[in-house]
Amino acid sequence: MRFGERRVFNGVDVDLGAGGFLLVTGANGSGKTTLLRVLARLTAPSGGELELPERHAIGYLGHEPHVYRELSPLENLDLFGRLYRVPERRERVGMLLERFGLWDVRRERVGSFSRGMQQRLGLCRVLLHEPRLLVLDEPYNALDAAGGELLDGLLAEPGPARIVATHEPRRVERLALDRLVLA
Amino acid sequence: MTYAADVAALARKDLLLELRAKETLPAMLLFVLSTLTVFHFALPRGAGGLAALGLLWVAIVFTALLGLTRAFVAEREQGLLDALVLAPCDRSAIWLGKAVAVLAFLVAAELVALPAFAAFFAPVGARTIVAVVLADVGIATVGTLLGAMAVAGRARELLLPLLFLPLAIPIVVGGVGASAGGGSRYLAFLALYDAVFAVLSWASFEYVVAEA
Repeated sequence: MRFGERRVFNGVDVDLGAGGFLLVTGANGSGKTTLLRVLARLTAPSGGELELPERHAIGYLGHEPHVYRELSPLENLDLFGRLYRVPERRERVGMLLERFGLWDVRRERVGSFSRGMQQRLGLCRVLLHEPRLLVLDEPYNALDAAGGELLDGLLAEPGPARIVATHEPRRVERLALDRLVLA
Repeated sequence: MTYAADVAALARKDLLLELRAKETLPAMLLFVLSTLTVFHFALPRGAGGLAALGLLWVAIVFTALLGLTRAFVAEREQGLLDALVLAPCDRSAIWLGKAVAVLAFLVAAELVALPAFAAFFAPVGARTIVAVVLADVGIATVGTLLGAMAVAGRARELLLPLLFLPLAIPIVVGGVGASAGGGSRYLAFLALYDAVFAVLSWASFEYVVAEA
């Protein structure tokens, strides 16, 4: 992968089946975010071959929670539920808000939330359409202890293939079936 | 039907964001009123209605530019385009939903601007109103596409005017021509501009937001 003359990473070979778990680690600037954006179909690679699920089967959480700050959690998830064609949207939204401890604040503006609560909502958004591939870039960012445990539980569940980049590898090392270290 | 529902949901979202944040529309209203006031005092006595009509169109274009600059602010600040482009909905629905919201802001600004123009300068005729509506459609369609292009760049506040103003020249030509009694051919010209650029913007938005 190149940006102009600069080579970000080279020779990355990833094969991840259903239920797989790839942990991506590396120093700042090693290309973790770029690799994850390529794997989420958000950035075109400058070379190589990619075989990925359709874009709507991917759940991507980047450094931001990707939610509208002027909307409530309910309004955010309802919008994305519509756009992602989520069946039984209301039930699914309610279940996720309950699970991530946001039900009681479901009608409040996201802009008034702490960064950790916004991250929880970002995780709800990512899970809303039950993606086959989860791509999470520093998902533990800003989460408190309870939020971190919720995420631990989520990542331990069987189901979608998971690709996680984190500076806290110890949290997920026991779950990861593969590990990629970018230098 | 699904496409229309996607567009409606996205446009409703933008209107709701503005209703709560109250950032774009008040700025547009204040700008257009201030501009018309400045023009009122700047235009020499006896300069005539034609000169005033030209200034009306200048005010409309720059007010629209102000609104367009903020059109993708929420998506940019929260990285939301990533979440939107991964959705299975047609990507042009994102453009159309945003264009509908921009159009609503423009119409709201002109509901204040046209009476203000009538108070400061001269009555506004039916032909001018039709021309303004047609111009709004063109501004919203082209401007939304260019706003999405500019939002990806670093110098986005500079880039949008540089991209938008050259493409707004035909709108000013058509608008001034129609307002100044140039006949229905100017209205037809504006309608043709709308049709051509709506199709171009609809078809090319996919490539503006898609990298992979």
